[in-house]
Amino acid sequence: MGKETGGTERCDNVHPLVRIIAGRLILGLFSLLAVSVIIFAALEMLPGDFARSILGQSATPEAVAAIRHDLGLDRPAVIRYVEWLSGVLQGDFGTSLSGRGVEGGRSVAGLVLPRLGNTFLLALLAVAIAFPIAFLLGLTAAMNRGRRIDRLINSVALAFVAMPEFLIGYLLIYWLAVRAGLLPPLASVGPDTPPGERLMRMILPAVTLSLTVAAHILRMTRASLSELFERPWMEALQLKGIPMAIAVRRHALPNAAGTIANIFAFNIAWLITGVVVTERVFVYPGIGQLMVDAVASRDVPVVQACALIFATVYIGLNLLADIIAVASNPRLLHPR
Amino acid sequence: MKADARTLISVRNLAIRRIADGHGVLNGIDLRIRPGEVVGLVGESGSGKTTLGLAFLGRIRPGLELVHGHVRLDGEDLFSMPAAELAALRTARLGYVAQNALEAFDPAWRLIRQTTEAARLHGLQDGQMAESAALSLYGELGLPDPLLLGRRFPHQVSGGQLQRVMLAMATLNTPDLIIFDEPTTALDTSTQATVLEAIRKLLRESGAAALYITHDLALVTRIAHRICVLHRGRIVEDAPAEEVVRRPRHPYTRALWGVAAGVRRSRPATERAVLELRGIRAGYGRGPDILHEVSLKLARGRTLAVVGESGSGKTTLGRIIAGLLPPRAGEMLLEGASLPPRLKERSQEMRRRIQFLHQSADGALNPSHDVFTILSRPLALFHDLSGNALRRRVDELLEMVGLSPDITHGRAARLSGGQKQRLALARALAAEPDVLICDEVTSALDAVLRNGILKLLSSIQERTGVAILFITHDLSAVRAIADEVIVMHEGRAVETGSCIDVLKAPQSEHTRRLLAAAPVPLGAGPSRSMPSGQ
Amino acid sequence: MTERTHIRPAGAGRASPVQVAAATVMWLYVLAALLAPLIAPYGEAEIVGEAFAPWSAQHWLGTDQLGRDFLSRLLYGLRNSLMLAVTTTLLSFLVGGLAGLLAATGGRVTDTVLSRLVDVVMALPALIFALMLLTVFGTGGVQLVLVIGLLDATRVFRIARALAMREAAMDYVEAARLRGESLVRIMIVEILPNVKAPLLAEMGMRFSFVFLTVATLSFLGLGLQPPAADLGSMVRENATLITYGDFTPLIPAALIALLAMAVNFLIDGWLEEEVAPHEG
Repeated sequence: MGKETGGTERCDNVHPLVRIIAGRLILGLFSLLAVSVIIFAALEMLPGDFARSILGQSATPEAVAAIRHDLGLDRPAVIRYVEWLSGVLQGDFGTSLSGRGVEGGRSVAGLVLPRLGNTFLLALLAVAIAFPIAFLLGLTAAMNRGRRIDRLINSVALAFVAMPEFLIGYLLIYWLAVRAGLLPPLASVGPDTPPGERLMRMILPAVTLSLTVAAHILRMTRASLSELFERPWMEALQLKGIPMAIAVRRHALPNAAGTIANIFAFNIAWLITGVVVTERVFVYPGIGQLMVDAVASRDVPVVQACALIFATVYIGLNLLADIIAVASNPRLLHPR
Repeated sequence: MKADARTLISVRNLAIRRIADGHGVLNGIDLRIRPGEVVGLVGESGSGKTTLGLAFLGRIRPGLELVHGHVRLDGEDLFSMPAAELAALRTARLGYVAQNALEAFDPAWRLIRQTTEAARLHGLQDGQMAESAALSLYGELGLPDPLLLGRRFPHQVSGGQLQRVMLAMATLNTPDLIIFDEPTTALDTSTQATVLEAIRKLLRESGAAALYITHDLALVTRIAHRICVLHRGRIVEDAPAEEVVRRPRHPYTRALWGVAAGVRRSRPATERAVLELRGIRAGYGRGPDILHEVSLKLARGRTLAVVGESGSGKTTLGRIIAGLLPPRAGEMLLEGASLPPRLKERSQEMRRRIQFLHQSADGALNPSHDVFTILSRPLALFHDLSGNALRRRVDELLEMVGLSPDITHGRAARLSGGQKQRLALARALAAEPDVLICDEVTSALDAVLRNGILKLLSSIQERTGVAILFITHDLSAVRAIADEVIVMHEGRAVETGSCIDVLKAPQSEHTRRLLAAAPVPLGAGPSRSMPSGQ
Repeated sequence: MTERTHIRPAGAGRASPVQVAAATVMWLYVLAALLAPLIAPYGEAEIVGEAFAPWSAQHWLGTDQLGRDFLSRLLYGLRNSLMLAVTTTLLSFLVGGLAGLLAATGGRVTDTVLSRLVDVVMALPALIFALMLLTVFGTGGVQLVLVIGLLDATRVFRIARALAMREAAMDYVEAARLRGESLVRIMIVEILPNVKAPLLAEMGMRFSFVFLTVATLSFLGLGLQPPAADLGSMVRENATLITYGDFTPLIPAALIALLAMAVNFLIDGWLEEEVAPHEG
């Protein structure tokens, strides 16, 4: 019993920052769990009957019942959810419904994993291009608020935000690939594609993806930094005799770490949307394209798997951004 | 000290306006400051005093533009100086002390680093020198443990201490001119005194010139050689401090002293208490008690002023009576009958009889509604008026508060601040209440408008016999309008009595302190401590 | 993330040339959409010639992959896309706006329940959620409108709630409560007139986003099903033309972008505060 009191005393000495971060982590985990429930539940609402659509013509009541039993669809939803979740945690996403005869089908994990790598690579390339450019332009616009350069940058961003990814993609294909012949028009890479060619084929889709995402990041950066520059202590610095450029570099940007992280995380949503379209335009074998095909053919396990992966990435990155924002707050870093 | 005839910095014909609507913030300012001279700039909110203060540093805020004029420091115009030169000048020769210290510091930098930053950047002092100079300044300003304090972050330090760190930061490079923009307004009374003393000492020992901006005329007489009064973007008075105190020329200056409204004539006390509170105890949510055992009696046709500093609970008291916050203990009686604590539980009749006037009429009137809608609603709701009878009554109400019936079909948003407050009053009167709760209704108005509203309230009370509960922190308003006074401090009624008794012969220490902080009435001599050199 | 709750449409119209151009473009689209059945030379799904015929006098933009007149399909497609987007925006605004107002004025329990619900829906990127729901409910115009409309309603909810909460804190709302006014009356008479303008501006922004999303999902083949014409699916159907150096499929794509741009520039002009150039 004496040990318990010792434990609570130790708890009070924990830095409040640790407590907050731990809280956020737990919240994040709960969010992910809740989302997994949604993903599972939403797709279980499928009206009509899987079995019937699989069997097609030969849908006799016995065959249907047999398939349902085989697929495990006659068990209560909660049990199926727990099974699915535990499977997922072990890396088993079930079996795809497409191409599934009575003999069984392809493992979803086997479909998803190689494509995941492709998508990840594409996204990384796009972000590497988009983020620095967007950030620098946003910073320039914010520092010159109201002047011509700001209005120009804002207009360009506004224009790009209005362009659907497939427009940008096909435009690039038309000009750079078909007309000018500089780059290959399609990005159909395979596991044996040499890295050099792989990179060449990925340039156009990466640029396409990065242009849209960059436009969104730019607008948010411009808005957030403008607001930051209007804080009273920024004015105080100038009145003290610190020139604007130095004030931005030494004071504003370090204080913007949390905001920038949040902007980045928020734009992952646009990245995900963009990836799905870009992969379709360039015929790039990623999970975006896989998911869309699965939606069209109503291949539920594949859709579930892709949705879960996207959701995990999204929630995970937002959680990371949240933690960065909390950790860079001086009031929490150095409590009274 | 012989008056120095040279000019350190001069503002010539300065006009600055808002870009959005062309409204003139400063309309032709001429102001000169000599080396070592302390000039007090007195103005209320909306007068343009901060804009003028910033102009002395060559700064125009975004959203404003220079129409014409110059600010010359030793002959050089600050507005046409290249940015780098202006920055160097600001560090070496100018200083700025803002109202809210917490807003002037980067939350992520340690204090000592921020204090010495400008000096180090412009090469005025190297790191070591700057630091030791800063630390000794901290000590001189009365800050405890300078070394440790310097290592702290802004949020780790109290308001008064942070204000003094800001003082140190502004004076580290021994500037020739320091602009003080309401440096003590945001502090509580005891800290105010400490910081003010620190400022006076600093100015005395460094011989720097200063522009001390404030809305408090009494405060500035303790520190300034000369006083300028700013009203709606123009300087209406510019004279040595003693003259402004003894013989103010402009009517606005006189209004600032709060004399125009005059001392209230007390009417014979009636026995009837239209509103009574017994033993009220209250707090918000699950928080601590804000009011402890407060009792009061408000008689028909009389005005009871509830005075106190912010945090004393006076506003809470008003909200409890209005029914917006149920008390935790105690009871309320409306003409002897029990008044339910919650608005929901009260009858329409009870709601009609108690009316509430908010501090800011801007927020209390729906900007989308026109004047007629605002006034006709309570008339229809409480008195079932309609048609011609309604229209006639609306005109009557407007006339009662001194507004022209021309405004009836215009939007409330287009009215001026003073007109809005009158309209809000008309709305309250539409109900024909027995009790009118005025929650700091004059705090947001300038001196001239304030006197107008106070006169209006008096005349309406005479006309209708309404009882007024006047909540305020402004003692000059109390003097002008109240019959009885309750002084509140930290949720308790520390003194009660007739207005004359309480103000002439206060019993409580808190009351005395409130009186000491109030503007000196006209005719009294200058305050004891005039700035050195007079 | 910062929501644009401080939207403040600028005062009386000093419309810039950009805004005038944008408004003109918008009206042209509306006109084309309304008059499509009258001005289209051929029917929406009428097969009139061979596939992928080049531009000619009879078929100004040639024919598509099934031999249908491209120009006619374009006009009908514009009409369909616009109708889908407008319906979706109206739906999202109705649902989201009402829910937001309710959350702001209906007490803490209502607010918490609605807000948590919205948080959960917004935990997933909209497109992913949309894809999931489309898997369940199938693809088609009605499904598209419902799915996107309800998903977008969550964003509208947040904005409407923030606006309404700010209003609810105003003293004139309190003055109305002191008069004993009912909740419904406060919402309609006191709050609504003041949130109308910013909400309308936001509606414009949401329309732009919805229009793009509808086009994207149609491009992916999950929107209106053939033979109905739709700007997004027209791009997909004719994409092969691009590899042959014919840019005709870029036209529906460009039309999508043009409308979205026009709306963006129009609204952005309203929302931008006028800021003076900084001092040197």
